[in-house]
Amino acid sequence: MATTVIPFGPQHPVLPEPVHLTLKVEDEIVKEAIPALGYVHRGLEKLCEIRDFNQMITVCERVCGICSMIHGACYSQSIEELMGIEIPDRAKLLRVIWSELHRMHSHLLWLGLFADAFGFEALFMQFWKIRERIMDINEATAGSRVIVSVNIIGGVRADLSPDQLRWILSELDIVEKEVRELQDTMMNDYTIKTRTVGIGVMTKAQAWELGAAGPTLRGSGVAQDMRQQGYGGYAFLDFEPVVETAGDCWARSTVRFREVLQSADLVRQAISKLPEGELAVKVKGNPPEGEVYHRVEQPRGECMYYIRGNGTKNLDRLRIRTPTFANIPPLLAMLPECELADVPVIVLSIDPCISCTER
Amino acid sequence: MLFTPTVVKNLLKKPATRKYPFEVREPFPKYRGELVIDIDRCIFCSSCERKCPSQCIAVDRDKGTWQCDPYACIYCGYCVDVCPVKCLSMKDVHRKPSTEKTEWIEQGTPPRHKKKETPKDAAPKGTAPVLDKSAAAAEEAAPAATEVAPEAKAEERPAAKDKKKDEKKGKK
Repeated sequence: MATTVIPFGPQHPVLPEPVHLTLKVEDEIVKEAIPALGYVHRGLEKLCEIRDFNQMITVCERVCGICSMIHGACYSQSIEELMGIEIPDRAKLLRVIWSELHRMHSHLLWLGLFADAFGFEALFMQFWKIRERIMDINEATAGSRVIVSVNIIGGVRADLSPDQLRWILSELDIVEKEVRELQDTMMNDYTIKTRTVGIGVMTKAQAWELGAAGPTLRGSGVAQDMRQQGYGGYAFLDFEPVVETAGDCWARSTVRFREVLQSADLVRQAISKLPEGELAVKVKGNPPEGEVYHRVEQPRGECMYYIRGNGTKNLDRLRIRTPTFANIPPLLAMLPECELADVPVIVLSIDPCISCTER
Repeated sequence: MLFTPTVVKNLLKKPATRKYPFEVREPFPKYRGELVIDIDRCIFCSSCERKCPSQCIAVDRDKGTWQCDPYACIYCGYCVDVCPVKCLSMKDVHRKPSTEKTEWIEQGTPPRHKKKETPKDAAPKGTAPVLDKSAAAAEEAAPAATEVAPEAKAEERPAAKDKKKDEKKGKK
């Protein structure tokens, strides 16, 4: 059988971000996929040499355009660990609230895009309509829809008043109700099942060996979530990772769907346990010499920050490993033996964030 | 037949979207929109310039100008938080898209001379026993600008330093 080479990307209708896959195809069946990255490299990590450690928060928030809050929180937590700062409990839980709201809107965005990838436009619009409520919460409480910019070293900048907390809870009830209305369609619809069940299967052993992260890993049956470590405010909350065992596109979308509901639950828990107190502690001096690793769970999976301080206000080194970077090898293992028409669905099922990956 | 209730419901419901240019939503009061400055209250302390992550603000104490590059501003609001006289604030609506690039320079009254003299008086005291190497190095590099905090000019504003050097070369 002759092999045809079909390029997927860097400009592809299903994915607004530039990733290139060279697909070697034999009669509509993909035999091999070779990735090419590096179209949107921004060199954010180099910036830490000229921006001081406080200014770097805003840079880290812009690593990802969807889960910016969690990047900012991870960076702040790393610096706090390096400097030995204990932040107030209220700040910890406020960070959890905004982080989980970000996870919810990121997953809702992805569920919409995923529906769009197999041509279910109506479902796409439904998910994005729900997402708008969470964007409004972000905008009303923190001042911006996506780049909430609430983290500072030593705590948070914005506070939630009791009225706002009540409003968030009532909005969350509506969001949860509306998401549950779509549950049956997303999980049991005949059309969706034909496009997702048994497509892009990755076994538990494969997922573990290839170092998958986040919902891609949990969709294959590995119960690993960085929030289990109890970093930040997660130590106060009851939490159990969402796991599906099938390992196909359906399992990965179901994990994300259930995580939306779980995040709503975590926000409620955090609000119920929110103590009174200070928002931030005063930070004096520069980060000392030393290095620190910090891992957090992002909507797309485990994100790792490595920071090395040298006693000045500029950091020696800032290294960010984003979840999509970890999920590319699993993607390449999923693609062989799939049909060419299923490639967009499989690529989207890892929730690729290429701008994150290239920073 | 299966969809009839949904179709009827959708016909009777209001659309979820707004007809945007004709119907604009009330802005949220905390929204970080356009940055505005009340230049008459500004004391030209340069706190905003030092805190700004995108370094889009330039304050000139001698001339009494406050300059901001609105295209580099990232609307983080750090300058608003740090301003000691609260002359900076943020509108709850965002800036309209512009068709050409404009400069935004605010001219205010420069602070009185009395304030300018104090750092000059303090400067020789600091330099006589050379304690701080970085401060001394900074003064060697840019002796013209003594009124700015020493660490700020040496490390954070390499561009400004180069400009000053260029000016000197031009004069020579």
